Amino acid sequence: MNKLLLGRYIHADSFVHKLDARAKLFLSFYFIVIIFLCNNWQTYTLLGILTLVSVVCSKIKLKFFWDGIRPLVWLIIFTVVLQLFFSSGGHVYWQWGIFRITSLGIENAIYIFCRFVLIVCMSTLLTLTTPPLQIADGMEALMKPLKKVKVPVDEIALMLSIALRFVPTLMDETTKIMNAQRSRGVNFEEGSLWHRAKMLVPLLIPLFVSSFNRAEDLAIAMEARGYRGGSHRTKYRQQVWHRNDTLVMMLFAVVTGLLIYLRK
Amino acid sequence: MGKIIEVKDLTFHYPDQKEPLFDQLSLSIERGQWVAIIGHNGSGKSTLVRIIDGLLAPQAGTIFVDGISVTPENIWQIREKIGMVFQNPDNQFVSADVEGDVAFGMENLGLDRDVMKYRVDQALRKVNMEDFKGHDPSRLSGGQKQRVAIAGVLTLRPDVIIFDEATSMLDPEGRQDIIKLMTKLHKKGYTLISITHNIDEAAMADRVCVIDDGKIAADSSPAEIFAQEKELIAMGLDVPYSERLKDELLHNGIEVPHEYLTEKGMVDWLCKLHSKN
Repeated sequence: MNKLLLGRYIHADSFVHKLDARAKLFLSFYFIVIIFLCNNWQTYTLLGILTLVSVVCSKIKLKFFWDGIRPLVWLIIFTVVLQLFFSSGGHVYWQWGIFRITSLGIENAIYIFCRFVLIVCMSTLLTLTTPPLQIADGMEALMKPLKKVKVPVDEIALMLSIALRFVPTLMDETTKIMNAQRSRGVNFEEGSLWHRAKMLVPLLIPLFVSSFNRAEDLAIAMEARGYRGGSHRTKYRQQVWHRNDTLVMMLFAVVTGLLIYLRK
Repeated sequence: MGKIIEVKDLTFHYPDQKEPLFDQLSLSIERGQWVAIIGHNGSGKSTLVRIIDGLLAPQAGTIFVDGISVTPENIWQIREKIGMVFQNPDNQFVSADVEGDVAFGMENLGLDRDVMKYRVDQALRKVNMEDFKGHDPSRLSGGQKQRVAIAGVLTLRPDVIIFDEATSMLDPEGRQDIIKLMTKLHKKGYTLISITHNIDEAAMADRVCVIDDGKIAADSSPAEIFAQEKELIAMGLDVPYSERLKDELLHNGIEVPHEYLTEKGMVDWLCKLHSKN
């Protein structure tokens, strides 16, 4: 169970791994924005090449990206089929009732498919090459401007890092409770949907109780070590912005320019 | 030397309790002393140290730590003087990496990053954990987690370190490790307060306080305390191994000395007995 969530980060010594988390986070969001600028095959090819280069630079096996796409396969198929059968315009190849396949429909379906795959690949790349703690730090840095509108950024960041720190602990705990209940005869895998939902009660209640106990213990320990919230705290972990981060940002700016130029 | 902690006429009860847990309790601890507080479950040991650290507020009484009285205004100053290590190694780990956790207390003080880096390295070296700097806590053993917790306390340079049953959730090996580390810290001049059920840990202290139902039932050197075997059992406590061995020998008709013997003392005495026969 442990491998599922946090094991998603794959350690490697690559160009993408060494980039600053802030740059990677920002560019992942930015990529989703610029992909909507695409409206012809040239622009999609351009972003396709960009994605491919990023993936190659990360030195991560393609299989992991397929693992990222797999849970979304049904959504992709559903959207593509919808586009394929319900688009109008262009040359009509086939029609039956309200269903029709047109040249524009085929084109749109292919674009939608490309869009999905590219976005999933890019966001998978982010999580595969960045340790969760760095993602949390990156989020904190990107949220900094929100302090002006009185969003408690420091507290949110601490919350996030504590949440991340407790994920493996709670995973272990869940497995332990499940095993303990199994040894007393609870069967988690069999029976009807209703029965299985009911079986979750002996799992969830102890898990909730222990989470609250942990929270209480942690709060006391934090207080004993002088935690009182607020902004006078300093930060031990630091993020360093390298020349490569600037270069990658510039590359994305150039790509954006090209996209606008190639757009119909 | 002088007193570092002074508790005078402390009265405390939890809101949902009828009887007060402590009634007019007084206790003072010398600088550099290692005091073990023992007592059965629910006798108020943990509550006492939490009151000293200002985590709980008493209804009456005064507490001084290094001459400063524990009041809501002084609380942060007090907490810089006292470091606490808690029972459950999992639940006191704040950060998802070892060095981040060790630095947490210093972040709260708003120290510079260079100072923090230096102190983190120094503290991890003191507890022999320098190779685990970037590790994630879920992959450490309980004993290692406690050592990281101790490192976190050391970075704040406290005068007093309180161990609130810090060894009770560890395996025997991890426990010995932590007790050794405590001995080392004691030699360096820290004042230690350890709450414990472990008799080996209590035997290492300079002084043992037995708390029974919110009162100090006995307060003396470990040797004197452990010699009162029957009273200890009556209070629901364990007796050290050497005392149990003496008891067995007595049952088998062998004359044994009355005073408490440490394990080493016991070995010496047995050797002497052997050479006599």
